Amino acid sequence: MIRTEGLTKRFGPVLAVDRLDLDVREGDVYGFLGANGSGKTTTVRMLLGLVLATSGSIEVMGRPMPRSAREVLPHVGALVEGPAAYSHLSGRANLALFDAMGPAGPRSSRARRVDDALDQVGLGGVDRRPVRTYSLGMRQRLGLALALLRQPRLLVLDEPTNGLDPQGIHEVRDLLLALNASGTTVFLSSHLLSEVGHLCSRVGVLDGGRMVVQEELAVLLQPTGRVVLTTPEPDTARALLDGRVDGSDGERLVVRDTDPASLNARLVAGGVPVTSLAEERRTLEDVVLEASRPGSDRWSRS
Amino acid sequence: MIAVELRKMLLSRRTWVTILLIDALPTLVAILLAVTDLGPRPGTGPAFLSAVMTDGSLFPLAALGIVLPLFLPIAVALTAGEAIAGEGQQGTLRYVLVRPVGRTRLLVAKLVAVMSFVVVTVLVVAVTAYITGTLLLGQESLTTGTTSISGSSMSTQELVGRTMLALAYAMLCMLGIAAIALFLSTVTESPLGAALGCLAVLIASTLLLTLEAADPLKPYLLTRHWLAFVDLFRDPILWRDVLRGALLQGVYVVVFLAAGWANFTTKDVTV
Repeated sequence: MIRTEGLTKRFGPVLAVDRLDLDVREGDVYGFLGANGSGKTTTVRMLLGLVLATSGSIEVMGRPMPRSAREVLPHVGALVEGPAAYSHLSGRANLALFDAMGPAGPRSSRARRVDDALDQVGLGGVDRRPVRTYSLGMRQRLGLALALLRQPRLLVLDEPTNGLDPQGIHEVRDLLLALNASGTTVFLSSHLLSEVGHLCSRVGVLDGGRMVVQEELAVLLQPTGRVVLTTPEPDTARALLDGRVDGSDGERLVVRDTDPASLNARLVAGGVPVTSLAEERRTLEDVVLEASRPGSDRWSRS
Repeated sequence: MIAVELRKMLLSRRTWVTILLIDALPTLVAILLAVTDLGPRPGTGPAFLSAVMTDGSLFPLAALGIVLPLFLPIAVALTAGEAIAGEGQQGTLRYVLVRPVGRTRLLVAKLVAVMSFVVVTVLVVAVTAYITGTLLLGQESLTTGTTSISGSSMSTQELVGRTMLALAYAMLCMLGIAAIALFLSTVTESPLGAALGCLAVLIASTLLLTLEAADPLKPYLLTRHWLAFVDLFRDPILWRDVLRGALLQGVYVVVFLAAGWANFTTKDVTV
């Protein structure tokens, strides 16, 4: 769906994106992670033809960008660095205006398209107030509605839940998953790990303009081959497991073992009460922190 | 896209307030002239202002002479300066471009919208001025016809034709300003910066025209022939300055539109 090869962008002396090979497949919910300033937004802008690459190539839906922008972009819905609208017009008027831009859909169905998009993001009942009076959350929803206006095959979303309250975030998450289930590929750029962890099937981690990880989420978060258990009798357990304990912290033990069920049976048979037991998995946070250097909005003395 | 831009412009309250304000000045002048009956002596003051004392139907041209040097260009500079930079500042530029609207197409649509603004403004000013002029200042009898600046008389038909020509010339002059402001609008991210930059060019040109030492530059200054439309009302018509003016504006338009196009189509949109 999206494929870049050696994508590089230089702003004067600053290398914003460095030889990026992005691979988003059809049907993915792709999480594009990275610290602030790691080049996420520049990459998104290059995908959409807003920023022109210094070198490298971009293919969206199998066609070169930005050369094929006229054919590709009508099938792409985008939310780039926050929503924007003509603030003196109502949300509905804004959508109608944007709908008329570019290769316009039939005029007769414009009102229906606008209503559908507003319904999808929960703004169906919005009145004629101008956008200037909207709350941050409402603007964000309107931005999403704009992205959904043409029922795109690909959604490119930059921080889509910014400014939403927890219910709003949940709604948007459900909406994106529903859209994905009906065949929309979602490219989600975010620095919110929980958001990506909840939504995405694949992630790419960007650090200092370079892709440091690109993998299925399930692979990244697979078990580490250790089991974490808690027991009120850690010393008995330690004696029973002779040397397989990697670390302990009070009642919490980390044991080298790939089969929690047999481990549990053995402990119980040995008379050790187990209060909790689970496979150790890496969190997305571990993965990202491991792969990245300190945030690139830090400029400390070195 | 042109239709969208026109709709945006015509639906904006600011457009109409601006037109109203521009229109207010010549109307005020007409009222003052009618009340006081103190016209400038022939050959002094804004173009045509002495002539309108005897013939109100010339007032559209006097009004044009009043708004053309400053009022209209300010409005055009603001509107055209807003074109790209304003969308950028508002954040809507990126959403317009990913619709997708081609950059060249957007630039053309903006230019058309600005020029429509000019056309509407000039027409509103002309029509209001005709009404206030004939009502307040009176009209020479239609049988003798209107007197041209050279003293011979013009038929109504001739007057209408020449007035249309003068309006068209004024619009062309504004196209020059629009092209400069539009170019600056693609360069800077601030709409106000683009408008003020354009006004700086306007003021510099006006200033240099009064300076004898700037004589070698004068033929190329933006505002050099702006008031040449007056020559259209001589008998016979004095084409020289009008044609030079038209040519000069044409060069400004081509150069700045080309620069604006080259800049905008190769620019990274990071706003």
